[in-house]
Amino acid sequence: MLELEARAEPSRLMSWLSPLLAVVLTIAGGMLVFSALGKDPLEGFRIFFLNPVKDLYGLSELLLKATPLMLCAIGLAIGFRANVWNIGAEGQFMLGAVAATGVALYFDGSESALLLPAMIVAGALGGAAWAAIPALLRTRFNANEILVSLMLVYVAQLFVSWLVFGPWKDPDGFNFPQTQMFGDAALMPVLLEGTRLHLGFALALAVLVAGYAFMNRSFAGFRMRVAGEAPDAARYAGFSATRMIWIGLLLGGAAAGLAGMGEVAGPMGQLTDKVGSGYGFAAIIVAFVGRLNAFGILLASLLMALLYIGGEQAQQYLNLPSSISMVFQGMLLFFLLGSDVFINYRLRLRRRAVQGH
Amino acid sequence: MSQSTSQPVPPPAATAPRLQLRGISKVYPTVVANDQVDLSVQPGEIRAILGENGAGKSTLMKIIYGVTHQSAGHIYWEGEEVRVENPAHARSLGIGMVFQHFSLFETLTVVENVALALPSNPALDELAQRITEVSERYGLPVDPRRHIHALSVGERQRVEIIRCLLQNPRLLIMDEPTSVLTPQAVRKLFETLRQLAAEGCSILYISHKLDEIQALCHTATVLRGGKVTGECIPAQETPASMARLMIGKDLPHCEHGAARTDGDVRLRLAGLSHASDDPFGTDLKDIHLDVRAGEIVGIAGVSGNGQQELLRAISGEDVLAERFPVQICGVEAGRLSPGQRRKLGLCFVPEERLGRGAVPGMSLADNALLTAAHSQGLLAGGFLRFERARDFAQRCIEAFNVKCGGPGAAAKSLSGGNLQKFIVGREILQAPGLLVCAQPTWGVDVGAATFIRQSLIDLRDRGCAVLVISEELDELFEICDRIAVIAKGRLSPTRPASETTVEDIGVWMSGMWPGADSSELPTNRAESLHA
Repeated sequence: MLELEARAEPSRLMSWLSPLLAVVLTIAGGMLVFSALGKDPLEGFRIFFLNPVKDLYGLSELLLKATPLMLCAIGLAIGFRANVWNIGAEGQFMLGAVAATGVALYFDGSESALLLPAMIVAGALGGAAWAAIPALLRTRFNANEILVSLMLVYVAQLFVSWLVFGPWKDPDGFNFPQTQMFGDAALMPVLLEGTRLHLGFALALAVLVAGYAFMNRSFAGFRMRVAGEAPDAARYAGFSATRMIWIGLLLGGAAAGLAGMGEVAGPMGQLTDKVGSGYGFAAIIVAFVGRLNAFGILLASLLMALLYIGGEQAQQYLNLPSSISMVFQGMLLFFLLGSDVFINYRLRLRRRAVQGH
Repeated sequence: MSQSTSQPVPPPAATAPRLQLRGISKVYPTVVANDQVDLSVQPGEIRAILGENGAGKSTLMKIIYGVTHQSAGHIYWEGEEVRVENPAHARSLGIGMVFQHFSLFETLTVVENVALALPSNPALDELAQRITEVSERYGLPVDPRRHIHALSVGERQRVEIIRCLLQNPRLLIMDEPTSVLTPQAVRKLFETLRQLAAEGCSILYISHKLDEIQALCHTATVLRGGKVTGECIPAQETPASMARLMIGKDLPHCEHGAARTDGDVRLRLAGLSHASDDPFGTDLKDIHLDVRAGEIVGIAGVSGNGQQELLRAISGEDVLAERFPVQICGVEAGRLSPGQRRKLGLCFVPEERLGRGAVPGMSLADNALLTAAHSQGLLAGGFLRFERARDFAQRCIEAFNVKCGGPGAAAKSLSGGNLQKFIVGREILQAPGLLVCAQPTWGVDVGAATFIRQSLIDLRDRGCAVLVISEELDELFEICDRIAVIAKGRLSPTRPASETTVEDIGVWMSGMWPGADSSELPTNRAESLHA
C-alpha cells in the first residue's frame, strides 16, 4: 500500500527536481494529447519542442519571447517572496507599453539618443503607477491585492483599446486599432543581425542579476523574505509591512512595465490592442516553476517561451488550434503543483504486516 | 514551590502493567532519539519521565501516542502487544495526551476543537456544558465559545488538558503541563491528577521541575541521550540527586548579588493604557512601572492577563496613540517603531521562539540579521555583510554554548532550549541598555535555564535594566530584585523579592493586591476560586 509520509524537513533536492519532473510529465501529457487528436506523438514532440530551436533564428525567437516573461517573473517573484500577491502583471505590462508609446508619440520624429532611455523610464514608471493602485488600496483600506491587481488588468485592456481606437489611432492606418509605427530612435536596437532579438533581452538579463542581488544580498530583500516566511518575526524585528507591500508591488509593476515597453519598442514597433499577449499571466507560472529564484526564472522563462513558439509551430504544421499553448501551460502548472507535494512528503511503501512480530 | 504534605507512595504492583515498553528504539536519519528504552506503568501509577531537552522524552511519548512509530522494540498495552497506528487508535485504546506544543485549530472555537478529538459527533451546546463542568471541577477556567487564536498560551494549554480529561483516559500523558499555572492552580491540578490516579488512571508526567515531580509522582524514569539512565522513587530523592541523574553532573546555581537601586530609569511606563486589537485580548489599564539600570524587575501573572499586550506595547509591535506612556532610556517612545526603539537601546526576547524570535527556515546567521543588523554593523550600503553576520552568529553560539551545526544551521533544526539560548545571546550580545525578556526559560532544560538566568543576572551587573515577564514564579524569585504582578490588564505595585513570598504573589495573581481597584473584585474573586 502506498502512502504519503511527511518529511522531517522539506527536501532541497526535490524542490529543484520538482520543476524537472513537471516538465517531463508535461511533455508526456502533451504526447498523449497529440495521440488523442490523431497526430503522431513523436512528430508532435519534434515539431513542438525541437523545431523551434533547430537554428539560430529559432533560438533568437526563443530568447525574444523569453524576454518579457523573465522580466515580469523576476518582478513578481520579489513580491511573492514576501507574500505580496500581485496577479496583475498583465495590466502593468500594458500600462508600461502605453507610457512608453506616449513618449514615442509625443517626441515623434525626434532623433535624440535620449528618446529610448526616456521610453524605458516611462515604461517602468507606467507599470509601477498601475501597481501603485493595489498597493494604496491594500495599505490604506486593506483591500485584497490579488483581486484589485487582477481586476485592473481588464481596466488596462479597455484603456489600451480606447487609446488605439480613439485618440492614438494611426490616421494612415486604414482604421486598424493601432498607433503609427515608431521612428527608428524609438525602437530597441537589434542585438543579432538578421533576427528580431533586441536590446530588451540584455536589459532583462541585467534586471535578473539586479533582482538576484536585491533578493539575496540586500537588507530590503532580506526583510521581504522574512515577511514572507514568518510575518510575526518581521513584526518583531520592526520591518514595516506597509513598506514591503509597496516595494513588492512597485518593483513588480516596474519590471512588468519595462517588459511592456520592450514589446512596443521591439518586435511590435507600435501599440495595438493586442499588446497584452498573456505574458503577465504566464509569468506567474514562470516565477513558480523557477522557484522564485533568479536563475530558476531564467530557465523557466526559456521553457515557457518554448511552449509559446511550439504552440505556433503546432498550429502551422499540425493544424492544431492556437490554444494548444494554453493547454501546455496549464499542464505545466498542474504537474508542478502536483510534484511540489513531494517537497514536503515522500511516497512510502507500507507493509501490511504489523512490525515487530 | 508547592510542597505536598503527604509524600506520594507507589501503588502496589498489579499483575499486568497498564503499559509496558521493551527495547524501544527510534532512529532518525541523523540522530538516535531513543535507544533500547524499557518502561512500564501500573494502573494508578504516576510516573515521571525526567530528562533534559533532546533526551528523547517527547519522541518516546509520541511513539506511545501513535504520532510516530518505533524503529524497533515492543509495546504492550494491558498485557497485549500492540502497534499504535495513530493518535485516534491511541485514544480508542484509552491513551490521552496533552502536548507541550499545542495541537489546536486556531480558527475554531474551544468547543469545536474538543469535538474534533471525540470519536462521536456530540451536540456542541451539550459539549460546551460538559467543558464548563470539567473546567470548573479541575480549576481550569476557559470559555468554550472563544476562538483558539484569541487565547493565550496558558489558556490553550487548559483546553488541551480539558480535551483529554473529557475522554476518561486510562493512561494520560502530560508533557510539561504546569508551566502556565498559578501555584494554587498547580496544586489543584495535582489534586485532580491524584484523584485520577486513585480512580485507576495511569499517568506519564513529563517535566523538568524537580519539586513538582517530588510532590506528585510515585516513580520516575530518567532519560539522558535517548537512553534510560536510572529509575527512582522521587520521594526518596532530593532535587539535587535527581538533577545529577538527569544531567550527569551537579545542578548549577545562579550567583545573585544585591542590586543597585540608584541607576537611571531605563524603562518608564507612565500610565500606559492600551485597548487590545484583539476582541478577546486584555486591555491594559493605567500601568505604572520604572525599571532602573542595574536591576531585574519581574512581572508575574497567569497568562492571558495582558502580558502579550504589555510586551507588544513596550517592544513597539503595537504602536501607541501617544508618546509619553512608554519611555525608553529617557525618550518618549510610544509612537516609535520596534526598530527605532531598538536604536534607543532596547532589546527584546519574545515568548515564541520559532516564527517570532527566529525565522524557522533561515540560518542562524540570517537570524542574527533579524535584530542585530544595525547595532552590529552587519550592513554596508543597504547590502548584507554575510561574513560579519556569520561571525556574530558564531559569537552567540560560542558565548551561549548553543548546540547546533554552526551559523549555517536552520533555526528550526535546533532544540527549543538551544534556540532560546541563541536568541537570548543575540539580544544580550548587542549590549542593550534595557532588555525585555518574556518567558526566558520556557520548556528549557535545567542546565540551559540556569545558564540563561545567570546571563540575565550578569547583564544586570553590567548595568543593564532588565524586565522579565514570566509565569514561573520560582524563576522570578530566583533572579528578580523586584516583582510585580499583572492581572486583568492592571499592574500591581512592585515589591522587593526578598520581602515577599510565593504565596503572597500567588494571591496577587488573582488580582487582589492592596489598593487594587475594588470594582474589579467580583470577577476576580470568581477567578481566584478557580485558581
